[in-house]
Amino acid sequence: MKLGNIEFSEQQFDVVIIGGGGSGLRASLEISKSGLNVAVVSKVFPTRSHTVAAQGGITCAIASADPNDDWRWHMFDTVKGSDYIGDQDAIEYMCSEGPETVFELEHMGLPFSRFENGRIYQRPFGGQSKEYGEGGQAARTCAAADRTGHALLHTLYQANLKTGTNFLNEWFAVDIIKNDSGLISGVSCFDMETGEISIIKCNAIVLATGGAGQVYEQNTTSLICTGDGLGMVLRKDLPLQDMEMWQFHPTGLYGNGSLMTEGCRGEGGYLINSEGKRFMPDYAPKAKDLASRDVVSRCIVQEILAGRGCGDKKDHVLLKIDHLGEEAITKKLPEIREISMTFANVDPIENPIPVVPTCHYMMGGIPTNVNGQVITQDNDGNDSIVNGLYSIGEAANVSVHGANRLGGNSLLDLVVFGRAAGKHINEELSETSSPEVSNTNIEESLETLIRIQETKNGENVFDLRSEMQNIMQNYFGVYRNEDLMKEGTKKLQDVKERSKNIHLRDKSNQFNSERVEVLEYLNLLDIANATAYSALERKESRGAHAREDFPDRDDENWLCHSLFFKNKNKVSKRAVNLKPKNVETFKPKPRIY
Amino acid sequence: MTDKLKLSLYRFDPEKDKRPYMSDYEIPYSSSGNMMVIDAIRKAQELDSTITFRRSCAQGVCGSDGVNMNGQNGLACITPVSKVMTVNRLEVRPLPGLPVIKDLIVDMKPFYDQYEKVKPFLDNDDEVKTGHERLQSPKDREKLDGLYECVLCACCSTSCPSFWWNPEKFVGPAALLQAYRFIADTRDKQKRMRLKKLNDAFSVYRCHGIMNCTSVCPKGLNPSKAINEIKKELRKTG
Repeated sequence: MKLGNIEFSEQQFDVVIIGGGGSGLRASLEISKSGLNVAVVSKVFPTRSHTVAAQGGITCAIASADPNDDWRWHMFDTVKGSDYIGDQDAIEYMCSEGPETVFELEHMGLPFSRFENGRIYQRPFGGQSKEYGEGGQAARTCAAADRTGHALLHTLYQANLKTGTNFLNEWFAVDIIKNDSGLISGVSCFDMETGEISIIKCNAIVLATGGAGQVYEQNTTSLICTGDGLGMVLRKDLPLQDMEMWQFHPTGLYGNGSLMTEGCRGEGGYLINSEGKRFMPDYAPKAKDLASRDVVSRCIVQEILAGRGCGDKKDHVLLKIDHLGEEAITKKLPEIREISMTFANVDPIENPIPVVPTCHYMMGGIPTNVNGQVITQDNDGNDSIVNGLYSIGEAANVSVHGANRLGGNSLLDLVVFGRAAGKHINEELSETSSPEVSNTNIEESLETLIRIQETKNGENVFDLRSEMQNIMQNYFGVYRNEDLMKEGTKKLQDVKERSKNIHLRDKSNQFNSERVEVLEYLNLLDIANATAYSALERKESRGAHAREDFPDRDDENWLCHSLFFKNKNKVSKRAVNLKPKNVETFKPKPRIY
Repeated sequence: MTDKLKLSLYRFDPEKDKRPYMSDYEIPYSSSGNMMVIDAIRKAQELDSTITFRRSCAQGVCGSDGVNMNGQNGLACITPVSKVMTVNRLEVRPLPGLPVIKDLIVDMKPFYDQYEKVKPFLDNDDEVKTGHERLQSPKDREKLDGLYECVLCACCSTSCPSFWWNPEKFVGPAALLQAYRFIADTRDKQKRMRLKKLNDAFSVYRCHGIMNCTSVCPKGLNPSKAINEIKKELRKTG
């Protein structure tokens, strides 16, 4: 096919899933089993997706470590961890459906570690409790050593090979296509290997594009975590939710950013300052080093600000696990040892690991309901469903993590809502059709791609990206305030202005990695902007959003989601769901660990 | 101490080059730092944005950036420059034995085809009670250690002369490791079928115990041992 100077091919599937990580592959598995024609479009071979990097485990009340465990306790912990802006209907769904989805993974062959009785091994993680916070620390995180994400992603890919899912690997999705009747009708993309542009028509799209940790300079995430689906949604003037909420993991490897799983502390490790003192008990007497991640990250920053940081620059703390002994470390935390030795030249069997809070997870994302259907807000402030458009996993905000995600809940989120979206699509798409797509629709969806292909000179993507990452790091970090964020927003606008003049130097077709980096950067930039405006707007401290100028949580005004629209940088509010179906509401309480 | 690294990269652009060539880049390098090969390649990319290679996690778990560094296969993201360079010089080439598409990017299809051929998924149609996992003793689970951790980077298979010669018929160390991962899994019910499918002159028996696979595996796995285990099983079943 040809349109002006653009050549492209056309394909058709019933359902297109963009992203081949844990959530995308769980959804595709569900859909391909039903007989619908489903394709996964992934910019990397699926097992290279960021899910592979998850270490510690998948949190779920399968009652293995404790036969009396109850999903309602898990729900309580998650609601509390979210600082009460997690939607309680979604959290209820995740925690109650969780056990079945974990058992399914085991049946598919996931090589979980085991207890002596043969059941799945579970370890303690941060923010976990028994009996609604009254029964002490729980051990609820199901693990395959410290490689749970790897094991989960490979298992799901393998299961998809078995069911015969279609894969378009190393294809880059550019934009969603909505036709003239306003229906979701396709996606524009290109084959990275050949540069061939393709319009894929479909009846439903699932955005499973993952997080966008690359907006920050220091992050634990893969280089591919550029929030492409979020960029697509913003360009369709659909909103993003709670984009001020970024999780800084307490233990990113100092100087490198690699994740040191919370499982290190779950297995008995703890943090020490330059005086060699274990400091967490001073801040969280009960949960100590296993307080919630936002809490531990702030404590580390406070230790550093008080001059008790380690190293020449006194800018990090130490994670001590050597007392666990060589056998426990090599059995339960082998990958941690490997990463620490490779990147920090520290063997944790001998010495403590240097760590610092590092951007790790995007709690915010594309707002959806429990079926994964994307939601927007009409002019009267009411929710409205975007038919045919779904989002799941880190890209989505369903919202089970609210203002702070608990460790091990992200893998559960992936499989529970990947499966839910798959089931919903299977029910909804009993009849499929060939959607109408006009030439204007196609041209619109290829606009950016064509624009960058025609640039003659201008700014280079590497410089712009590092400036943006630097601004986000310095102005929208663990602690925030109005003046700082206003200055950061101004600087960001400057970079945004200059980015209009971005120049693609390499115009080749085959495996043009600069083209991909430019498109990814433009997505990141929109996400950074969403974060800046949402963070300025939320005038309170809640979960990961800690403001020096508004140090307290303000339930009267802010027990709600923020919604950001690209058009005019508008931020509005959306109600939090406080009505679970089968249990009583967990009412907001002060969060003490 | 700040110094310069001479990074020599294999270049080939199928749209304009008749044949590949090596191109040198000067990269600032400090011997006191901990620069990985991926960092050096990314620095070169800032100088010349047409340089192409695959990368994702940058911490050795996704398996994207398998390359050949001064003659040795490995993952660029977890290989310190200091470990592979000789007198401040480092040559990076695509993995050997697979067709080069562009620069450091090889066509992984022959590799993935072998992986799919061994049916790398648990096969067990026995009824399982919903609401329960299958039980597996820690001892049985331990049999999977050293097998399931493979990241499919292809460093092993592309360092194997037998795979270079017969990439279509010899399954290769990576896929054989996966084959054994399922043969060894007490939850799998297709052990006999799996072995039967491997029982020909090429699939397994082209392995001549050269053990390049084991010496290059960036995850410290031992495909050679897994292949020997398969051979043992094959002898047992005849």
